[in-house]
Parts: sequence; structure tokens; C-alpha cells
Amino acid sequence: MSDGLTITDKIIRKATGLDDLRPGQIVTCNVDLALLLDSGGPRRIWPRLKELNAGVWDPDKIVLCTDHFVPAVDAASAAILKLTRDFAEEFGIKNFFDMQGIGHLMLAEHGLLQPGMFTVGGDSHSSMGGAFGCYMSGFGAIEMTGVTVTGQIWLPVPETIRINWNGSFNTGVSAKDVMLKLCRELGMNNSGKVLEFGGDTVRGMDMQERGTLCNMAAEIGAETGIVEPDAVTLDALQAAGRPVGPEALEWRSDTDAVYADVIEFAADDLEPQVAAPHTPSNSAAVNEFSGVKIDQAYVGSCVGAKHSDLSMLAEVLRGRKVSKGTRLLVAPASNRVMTAAAADGTLAAITEAGAIMMPTGCGACAALGAGVLAEDEVCISTTNRNFKGRMGSNEASVYLGSPYSVAAAAVAGEITDPREFLPADKGEPA
Amino acid sequence: MSGKAWVYGDNVNTDVMAPGLYFKDSMEVMAAHCLEAIDPEFAPNVQPGDIVVGAENFGVGSAREQAALAFAYHKIGAILAGSYGRIFYRNALNFGVPVLVFPEYADINKGDELIVDAVAGTVENVTQGKSYSVEPLPGFLLDMIHAGGLMPWLHRRLQQQSDAG
Repeated sequence: MSDGLTITDKIIRKATGLDDLRPGQIVTCNVDLALLLDSGGPRRIWPRLKELNAGVWDPDKIVLCTDHFVPAVDAASAAILKLTRDFAEEFGIKNFFDMQGIGHLMLAEHGLLQPGMFTVGGDSHSSMGGAFGCYMSGFGAIEMTGVTVTGQIWLPVPETIRINWNGSFNTGVSAKDVMLKLCRELGMNNSGKVLEFGGDTVRGMDMQERGTLCNMAAEIGAETGIVEPDAVTLDALQAAGRPVGPEALEWRSDTDAVYADVIEFAADDLEPQVAAPHTPSNSAAVNEFSGVKIDQAYVGSCVGAKHSDLSMLAEVLRGRKVSKGTRLLVAPASNRVMTAAAADGTLAAITEAGAIMMPTGCGACAALGAGVLAEDEVCISTTNRNFKGRMGSNEASVYLGSPYSVAAAAVAGEITDPREFLPADKGEPA
Repeated sequence: MSGKAWVYGDNVNTDVMAPGLYFKDSMEVMAAHCLEAIDPEFAPNVQPGDIVVGAENFGVGSAREQAALAFAYHKIGAILAGSYGRIFYRNALNFGVPVLVFPEYADINKGDELIVDAVAGTVENVTQGKSYSVEPLPGFLLDMIHAGGLMPWLHRRLQQQSDAG
């Protein structure tokens, strides 16, 4: 009988110190790192710490970022940011990244996540950290209060669904299309499950595209997503100045690991995907929505404005113009993304096409920053959610797509197949 | 708890429970817009003790605890649904909002008078004259709920630590 362990099983065993675990069993895990953001971080946690007369369990294991309310647009958001800065000072949080980018990217850029770690974040898209072969899941501020005080959190032992993608993407297809398809195929109700992404397509992805996969495990309703570490992971940590040894590669699933399900997909068959209002699972091939006129195209958020996303955007925009009557707003996910895009010509291609650059941060994705929508407006966005009212008016319509699809819609003024704007022979995935 | 049923479908998400546009405002303002995008009648008319009934994956979406707090603010008696978004479910328990897994949600009509006993694990539909039993919560969670939620539970734990120290 097969009784091997998945990478998640192994991390939970390390975090609990327990060997004999069964799915659904409630266990208490020791946390290696906790991510707090301005949205549900100090503003909601600090008053509770005062109420408990408690401090922070380990300031060196807390990473704090301002990203949701940046830059301040009114006295209320300014007060939230000030309180967040005061918290960092008061508790001596050294890993405090103030207006440097979205928290999930800060972890990646600074090499703060390592294979085998058990980590939590006060934001549902904390699952993005799983790209580094660690367990990272999102929780509410009340539970992050508990973690901040005790360094522990309770968890029902999850099961793992293994999702294999093999083969090469066609032109104009990327990790975002994978996730929009999976939202449809797996639905959004997968509590208690971890999505483990594998196969040679995933092995061929850089850390940013792997981040896209794990990020949108949140939309699938899973506990988190995870990718087993490999040379790509180790190179990324080396580049971030936090190298780890080859022993980190031992954090991987056994060949006889027990999975709740194993699902196989062929990358060669995948077409660009678009999700229609008002849920990410409402997705289909882009051509199903061809001709839908758009008012706004938005490139932003943790999942949709990394350097790789801006590169895809520029690939379509280069030498073209944003359609008259359509606006393209671009909010890079971090200051480093902006710097890299400026250095390699990506930024020039975007602004020369007529796009408007927005501040780094979560921006309009959750209607907290600039770029929100009016009643009856239609937007196509690289973000991860299109629930009613998510980006502004309850009567606005938001479609989700890859940077290629959003760029193509911006140029055409309506949703259209991005392959019309890309060379046919793109070849192997990057 | 007893109250009127407010009935919704699958995948009611946290953005409609706690819209981002009101994130910087007080819970009072946020709660006044709870579910507005799918049911503008809810927030102005809901009464303390009323029962919210969802179908599958109730509370899918973000980590925002204001989604669960909005129901606590309205003094909802209980939430019944076939299944829940994982973070919403945890947040609600941590605030002492009884969230019960109730597979027979389709039986309930809007406005039905319900009596929910979260401790005994029973749901009675007074309007239809039907009774149901529901799965009790795991012991670990009951312990926390009996303490009154996560904050009182943390109080107790810190007290025990300082007594031991």
C-alpha cells in the first residue's frame, strides 16, 4: 500500500512535531514567518494587543508591508498608514516595507520564503508564497492577532490535489490562463485541499509565473497552492541574496505520495481564457467574449503586475496605441518591478502606447486605490477577482484575463484574441 | 436563537458582505452596505436574531474579517449553509458567530421562522413544521467558542502562562 507523503504533509509534520496525522485532524502549527499588511494588520491587531496586554511573539518573524492604502488619498488612509509605521517602530519590526510594493512580492524579492517553511499571511492571496516550496496560507486579522501573540495557529490537516501540466503553451497563453481554466474546472469550493502544481510546464515557469498559480489557489477556495522547489527556486533565492543549500530540494513529495486526486492537463491544448462577470469561475476561451466593448483595461495587483506581466503587456503594446475611448491603467506590483521595467524598455513601450502609470500598490483591484469603475462601465483586468462591486460600482462589469488578453482588449477597444497581435511561432515557454 | 430566514445562493462572496469602498469607514457604515450588491433589502431590514441561509461556499473570497463582523454587527442569530469559504468560516467562529453546516439549505424559504440551537445542534423551521439535526463543531473549536471566541481564549492562555511563569 502506498503511504508516501506530499511536501505539504512533510511541512505540517515539521510545524507540529507530530508524525501520525490524518486529514481533517485539527493540529496546532508553529509559524516560521507571518506577513501583516496595512489592510488587516496593525490597524486591527494593535488594539487587540492592547486589550490583551500582550506583545509580539517574535518581531524578526513578522514581515510588515503597506500596500492596500498607498499612497494615502485622504485623512483616513493616511491615518491607517501612520498607525502601521508606528507599529513597526513600537515593536521593532525590521522587515518593514513601506510603500515598496505589494506584500506578497516583498517576500519574494527579499528572499524571505524558503522551502519547508510554515508561513501565514493576513490576506487571502498569501497562498502566492507557495511558489517557493513553503506552506503559506491566508487568514483573517483576528487570527493574525493570535499568531502575532503566540506564534501558533490551528489547522485541519489538509489533503493535496496534484495538478500536472505538461507540454508547451501556445502563443499568447500564460499561467493566468491556467488558473482561469482551473477556476472553472475545479470550482471555487475546495476548503481543506492544497493544490500542488507540477509537470514539465510548471518546471519551465519562472518564479513569477509560479506565483500566479499559487496566488489564485485562493480563488479555487483551496487552503493554498504549492510548487516543489527546484533549481529555479534556488536561483531566485540566490538572486535575492538569501541563498539556501541543495538540501532545500529535499522538501518534495515522495514518488508514492498519497493524493486526494491527481489531475492531468495538456498545456498545448490551452487557449487564452477570460472570466466574465461576476466570478472567476465564469471563464471560457477568450473568443467566447470577442466584441465586448471595454471602457477600462487594468493591469495591476499581486497576481497581475509583476515584471513578467508587464513584459507580456509590452509584447502586445509595442508599436501600437490604446484604442480611442478606452483607458489603460497600469499599477506595477512593486518599486523593483517598475525599476526593472524602466531599465529594459518595457515601461517605454507601455507609456508610448498611451497607458497611464499608477502608483505601486494594490490599487483598484479591491477598490481601495485609484482607478475604480463607475456604474455600467466595463473593465478587463489582470487581477484575480471580479465579484460585484470589487473594483467600484456594484453595477460595473469586470472581466479577468492575462496581461496578453488585457493588452489586446486595450488596443482593440473590445475583448479580442491576443494571438492576433503576437507572432505565431513563439515556441517553447519562457 | 430564533428569527426570520434571509436566503441566498451559491458562492456569496466577502466583497458583497464587506465592500472595499467602505473599508476605511466604521463597522456601522460597512454593515449598512452588507450584501447590498445582491440584496439591498437586507441591511435596512434585518433584525437581531435573524438567520442567514446560504447554499454552497458561503463567504468565498478575501481574508477581510469585516465580512464576518458585519453579521456580528447585525446580531445575526446564526448562519446556515451547505459549505463555507475557509477564511470566512474561521473568522466567524473567532467572533462567536455560529456558522453551521446545513446541507438541507434548499428547504428554507425566505422569511421562514427558524429556531437554531447551535449547542444542541438543531434547526427547527416553525413556518414549515420541520426539524433538522446538524453536525456539532469539533471539540477544539467548541472549547474556543465556549470561551467566547479567540480573544477571550487568548486572554485565558496568556493568564495561564503568566500564572505558570
